[in-house]
Order: sequence, then structure tokens, then C-alpha cells
Amino acid sequence: MRILHHHMQVKLKIMNRNHNQLEEGILSKFDGGLKLVGHKQVSTGSAISSITPGKHYVIPLQQHIGAISQVLVKSGDRVLKGQMIAKRGDLISAAIHAPVSGVVTDIKQHAVPHVSGLSDECIFIENDFKDEWIERNPLGDDYNHTASPNLRKIIRDAGIVGLGGATFPASVKQTEINLKTLILNGAECEPYISCDDILMRERAAEIISGADIIGHIIKARRCIIAIEDNKPEAIKAIQAVIDEDGTGFFRIQAIPTIYPSGGEKQLIKIITGKEVPMNRFPAEIDVLCHNVATAYAIHRAIYFAEPLISRITTITGQGIKQPQNIEVLIGTPMQACIEHCGGYTEDSDELIMGGPMMGFTLKSDDLPIVKATNCLLVTTKEKEMPEQHHMPCIRCGKCVDVCPVRLLPQQLYWYASSKNTDRLLEHNLFDCIECGCCAYVCPSDIPLVQYYRAAKTTFIQQERERKASDIARQRHEAHQFRLEKQKKERAERLRKKREMLKNKSNDKEADKKDSKQAAIADAVARAQAKKAERLKENKAADQDIK
Amino acid sequence: MFIVIITLAIIASLFGLLLAYSAIRFKVEGDPVVNQIDSLLPQTQCGQCTYAGCRPYAEAMAKGEADINQCPPGGEATIIALADLLDVEVKPLNAEHGEVKTLPTIVRIDEETCIGCTLCIQACPIDAILGAAKLMHTVIESECTGCDLCIAPCPVDCIHIFEVKPTTRNWTAELPDADFASPHAG
Repeated sequence: MRILHHHMQVKLKIMNRNHNQLEEGILSKFDGGLKLVGHKQVSTGSAISSITPGKHYVIPLQQHIGAISQVLVKSGDRVLKGQMIAKRGDLISAAIHAPVSGVVTDIKQHAVPHVSGLSDECIFIENDFKDEWIERNPLGDDYNHTASPNLRKIIRDAGIVGLGGATFPASVKQTEINLKTLILNGAECEPYISCDDILMRERAAEIISGADIIGHIIKARRCIIAIEDNKPEAIKAIQAVIDEDGTGFFRIQAIPTIYPSGGEKQLIKIITGKEVPMNRFPAEIDVLCHNVATAYAIHRAIYFAEPLISRITTITGQGIKQPQNIEVLIGTPMQACIEHCGGYTEDSDELIMGGPMMGFTLKSDDLPIVKATNCLLVTTKEKEMPEQHHMPCIRCGKCVDVCPVRLLPQQLYWYASSKNTDRLLEHNLFDCIECGCCAYVCPSDIPLVQYYRAAKTTFIQQERERKASDIARQRHEAHQFRLEKQKKERAERLRKKREMLKNKSNDKEADKKDSKQAAIADAVARAQAKKAERLKENKAADQDIK
Repeated sequence: MFIVIITLAIIASLFGLLLAYSAIRFKVEGDPVVNQIDSLLPQTQCGQCTYAGCRPYAEAMAKGEADINQCPPGGEATIIALADLLDVEVKPLNAEHGEVKTLPTIVRIDEETCIGCTLCIQACPIDAILGAAKLMHTVIESECTGCDLCIAPCPVDCIHIFEVKPTTRNWTAELPDADFASPHAG
């Protein structure tokens, strides 16, 4: 009894603590993580600049997590700016819109910015420079009187996806309502990237408006805007808007600058002190988390009926002449963006999409900007990327200390290299967020994330193959069953036919006789009838003569 | 003494009844080992293992008549899984049975040349070819396992093999090269 009582006390204490934490702004922290040099000021020196529209746009059909979008236009069609050119392919998918007015010149494979470096289906649009928008009927302030499903539909049809990098369809996240807390993610923890920072500085009112719309959809009780404390200007700008609002719904929360505090689950842990359970969504613990740029896009969709056809992208790195943030239309070629920023420096080396921790190297810049392109980073030779030699693991355990998910990176590395799927799953491979902390601290320069990525994709592919082979087995069994059935049926038919033939041959003799006799009887009857008639005629003739 | 014998006899008969009951109640249909092996095979029914299909090969393996390295479509992954299940040593694929394809393949029918003879339809082990006599045939590509059994019977050679290129949706990353020949590893 005493133990139970104690247990209750502890539980209450924890509950209280969590409650207080949200109200008073006490912060928790996640395990591991790294303090990294930000390099943010490289690209925050100037305001957001818009890039002059070009002639050619390439829009990939897969720019989000989920099913590929389905094309709604064909080659030769004229499209207007903001027109939906591909609809969502499934429940988890996103619509895609024309970034400019013009003509669809082609729909074919083109290289896309993806880790694999592969090509994918893309819609090619040639700009006619008329900037002709499709008819728009913005909802504006009326959203306050609009039901959540209708608002979600607007967001869905605007093709809005999570702009923090994961590109998960935003409206799908908002299906759970009555969640207490809305967290707006303005952490932006990865070095070099500053697109959210600059967006918060310059368009704070629009972000808060977007947050209010989301809050209205999910009927949230409070909205916490989490920003890393290395962005004082963004914090000031957002605070000014919140002070003006005065409803007490919004609260700003500066968080310590530790990579990867911008990861959804990590940020939720910092703010609420609670952990999102494995394989579950934050809704489970009464939280919804959206990126600030997503909130901004939602504001544009509700107030201007503008679909997601542009985004802010950071073009940065020592390999770029004038690093800055640009507002760019989805589908713009990357070369155009780099030219807009003064082009490459002479000692430029690699082009990376994303940041130095989670980004991936691109083979060329002949690729379109997609919804996920938050940053293009150009490195220089030697300085940032020293030649790396992959050496044997010395079991130092540094990777374990920095893993923010509390996994065992070392074990995962051994099992990934020996392709031991069972053990990888036991060590929760799929909880790895690929933040790259382990590889960053590894003294042997082991590209650990590449091992995990290989193991993950291989496992997913194996599962897919297993499903396919299960279907093939079913089809084969059905095929065998059908053959067997046909064989039986044929045998049965043959047996029946034989029986019938046998019966017929017995009956035939009798039948023959009968029919002959009948014919004879018939003929006799006919002859007699004729005879009788003739007799009658004769008699009549006789009488006439008389 | 007598009581002891009777007690033991009663206990023995009770257990006997229990065993008899469980033998009926918990009877397993078919051979579970064969099912387990069969579930690891790729189900192409291609016959490269010299057996009539995946299930006959699984049955032969369960009896110990066939080796675990006779399935080219399954490749290394299948051999490892089989070795794991049957608790035997992993061995390389027996080259007599064919080579592992670098990319998965499917077949397509050249519809101009097809004369509608239905021979390929009869050869397909999973009914993935659609058509009727004297009408053009076509392969249901999403179901085709690439067993190539339809190619030999075709009298006009109008069935061709195509590689399925990976897309961004089914791509698999490769393990990095462990380059230990670095200056430090000497």
C-alpha cells in the first residue's frame, strides 16, 4: 500500500512538473546532441531577394512524403499561374501547381534533387511572362467562422507540405483536433541554413497569422513558438507581433542552441518534457508541431488563395560569391539561383542540398528547386571538407554519447555491415533520424549515416519484395487450382459424353424400328385417307350423272 | 504396493488421454518446415533450381535432397535466410543454375508481331498474361516476376526482356566502401 501511494505521488509530481513546464517555460533537454558553429551570418547579411523569373521550369511529381502526384495536364496545354497541374495520388500525398503561366512543353524523366541521384517524372513548363494568375477567391478573416475540415481542404488543395525538410503533407497532420499545444518550429538548428530565421525577421506577422489559422483548425489552447537563442533578431520580431496580438494564445520560447533541437521529436521533448512514443505521432501526447515556413505558406493559402509555388531558400557557403536568402519559385533551375547570388567562387567544390549535417551532395546544378530545398550549400576545397578516410571502428563510444535518440550507433554499424536485419530492428534502426551527430564525432571518419541509410532502404526493399512474392504465391496457387479444376471438368465432361454415347447406341436400334413403323403407319393412313376421298368423289360423280 | 500400481496406472492413462486429445486438437496441417522454406523463396516458379516450382524445391530441401544455393532469382539474401532457417553454412550460389540478375526484369510482348497463339498464356505460372486466341496478348507488368518461362514457347519470338530501373521510390542505398587501405591502417 505504501509503495502504491509512493508511486501515485511520483506520478503526480511528474504530471505537475509537465504541466508547469508548459505554463512557465521551464525547458527539458534531450540526450546527446552537439554544439556546432552556426555560420548563419554568412547568409543573413541582406534581406530576402526575389529572383527574376526565367523561361524554363521543371516541376517533379514527387516533392513530398507519400504517393506520387497524378498529372492533370498534357503536353501542349496552356496553364495559368497557381493552376493545379497534378493532384494528390493518395491520402498521404500533395497537389502540385504551376509556378508561372505558360505552356506545358513536356512530361518526362529529368534528374531530381534526391539522395539517390536518380531521375523522376517531371512536368516542363515554358514561361510566357504574362504572370496570369488562375481565379482566386481568398477566404481572409472568414477563417474564424469556417469549419476545420473546410480549412484543411484549402491547405490540402494548396499542396502545402512541411517545409522544415521532411515535406510531410501539412493537412494530414491536422486531422486530430482538440490538441492542447501547437508548437511552431523556428529552431533551425543546422549550420548555414537561415531561411526560417530571415522569414521570421521579415514576415513575423504572416507567420503568427498562419499559426492562428492552424490553432483554429486543431482548436489548440496555446501556441509556443520555439526559436534557438542564436537568432535574437527573429525572437524580437516575433515578440513584437505577439505583444500586439495580446490574446495570450501565443508564447515565444527561446531554446538553447544545440543540434538537432529542430528535430520534431527533440523539440517536443525540450518544450513539453514529454517524449513522443516510438512509431507514434506527436498527437499522441497532445501536441502538433509545424515549421514556421509551413505556417507562412498556410497564411498565404487562406489570405491570398495562393498555393505552395514558392519558398525561401538559403544559397550559402564559402563557395558562393554573394550568399543570401532568396524567394524562389518551385521548379526554378538551381543554376539560375546560383547565378542570382553572383555564381560560384573559383575554389568552389561540392554543391549540397540541405545543410552540412543532413544534406546530400548533388551531382550537378541542372536540377529544379523543389518544396524541400531549404538550402543550397556550396563548399570550398580543403577548408570545410577535409579528405576523409574511413578507418576501422575503435569502439570509443563517442557516437553513443551524442545520439539524440539514445540509440547505439556502434552496434547499428556492426549489424548494418553484416546485414543482420533482425538485430538492426531490435536496436530500433528506424528510430534513427539521420541527424549525422554520430558520424560527425567519429574519430575513424566512418560514414555511419550512410550505413544506416543503406540498411533502412534495403530492409524496405526486402519487405516490398516479400509482399510481391506473397502475391506471386497466391497467384500461382490460384493458377494451379484453376488448372486442376479444368482438368477435372474435362474428365467429367468426357465421362458424361461417353455415357451418353453408350446409352444412345442401345436406344438407337429400338428408336430406328419405332420410327420406321411410324412412317409405315403414317403412309398407310395417308393412302387410306386418299382412297376414301377418291371413293367419295366417285360417288358424287355417279350421283351427278344420275 | 497395489495402491501404488493403480495410482501410477491412472496417472499414465490420464496423460495418455491428454496426449491423444492434443494430437487431434493441435494437429498441424502440412509440413511447417516446407511452408517456412517456401515463404523465403521468391515465388518466380522459374524452375532454374531444376524443380517444377518454388514449392517442390522447398519440399526437396526439407527432405534434404536439394541444396540451399540453387535459386538464382533469390540470390544472396535468400541463401542467407535459408541457411539461417535450416541452420547450415552459407554458401555461394551454384553457377549451374544461373546467375543473379543485377536488376530485376520483366517481359513485354511486341504487340505488332504477336499472332495470338495463347502459348505464352499457358506457360505463365501466375496468370500474368492477358489475351485470347487470335487476339493480341499483353503482360500485366505489375504482376510479372521475370521468370522468362513464356519466352521459349513463343513461336514468333515477340516476347522481350526489359530491366526494371530503380526509381526514387524503390531505390536502395549501397553500403559505403570500407576503405581500410588508408595511410593509418597501413
